[in-house]
Amino acid sequence: MQKIQLVESTQLKSDLPELRIGDTINVNVRVIEGDKERIQVFTGLVIKMKGSGLSATFTVRKMSNGVGVERIFPVHSPRIAGIEVVRHGQVRRAKLYYLRSLTGKASRIKEKVKS
Amino acid sequence: MLGLIGKKVGMTSIFDDKGRQQNCTVIELGPCTVVQVKKNETDGYNAIQLGFGSKKEKNTTKALAGHFKKAGADVKQILKEFRVDELPEVGAVLNVDLFKEGELVDVVGNSKGRGFQGVVKRHGFNGVGSRTHGQHDRERAPGSVGSSSYPSRVLKGLRMAGQHGDTRVTTKNIQVVKVMPESNLILVRGSVPGATNSFVQVLKTSK
Repeated sequence: MQKIQLVESTQLKSDLPELRIGDTINVNVRVIEGDKERIQVFTGLVIKMKGSGLSATFTVRKMSNGVGVERIFPVHSPRIAGIEVVRHGQVRRAKLYYLRSLTGKASRIKEKVKS
Repeated sequence: MLGLIGKKVGMTSIFDDKGRQQNCTVIELGPCTVVQVKKNETDGYNAIQLGFGSKKEKNTTKALAGHFKKAGADVKQILKEFRVDELPEVGAVLNVDLFKEGELVDVVGNSKGRGFQGVVKRHGFNGVGSRTHGQHDRERAPGSVGSSSYPSRVLKGLRMAGQHGDTRVTTKNIQVVKVMPESNLILVRGSVPGATNSFVQVLKTSK
């Protein structure tokens, strides 16, 4: 196993912010169109974190024109230019699947109070 | 075909230069010592015998221990022969830098043994009957194995139940994703026959 970690260590990102379930984040995604590259921001709530090492992923959910959109990002993908945590949320679940059936006021999440 | 002996470490996925995730197998490849050189004049063909891995001398037979001593090499875990035209000296060490990134290779290994299996798992048959309509015992059945009075026997080579897996399997033309010479590791795209920690041979592709 150590050898696999050695292979993965060359591509692991070290400058990641501390992500938690329930956080509202901005994901800066590198979009390549032809030979141009620009950055697109995807803002939403982290509802799922999965995996370890280089294959770890997180899922961000947002409402776009009344439609729920979920996007799965590999944490260490070079296509992600950066992640900013906008707001820490107070949640009691590790996976926030229950938000899929909620909209509007009911889908709000309390902000975490620093202790 | 020139190649090296290695050990399957496991699988992972890494990102390529376009940011796509690629699944690959990590193989600990070499260093391999040339234990014997076979020449056309003496043996009828040109080949090198490579040794890989280490084990204690007390765990080897005296005949093999003598074979290694003659080559001036440590006792190796496994020996394999490779047909080559350019013959190195006995005792030379071949490393993973034999292979370059982007090159196509063949990987030979022993597939995972699955024991005595029926035709559905072993040959991908679909079975015969359905679960209902008064049938039973026919869902994983092989069906007819031949005609009647002529030829009055089952033809040779007909696919039937039997031992599945644990045979020599070659995966051809897979791409080398990365070579790490300082840690003797090589990454190839996709999967490779055999279980983790089993021995594999990585060969220069035959095409």
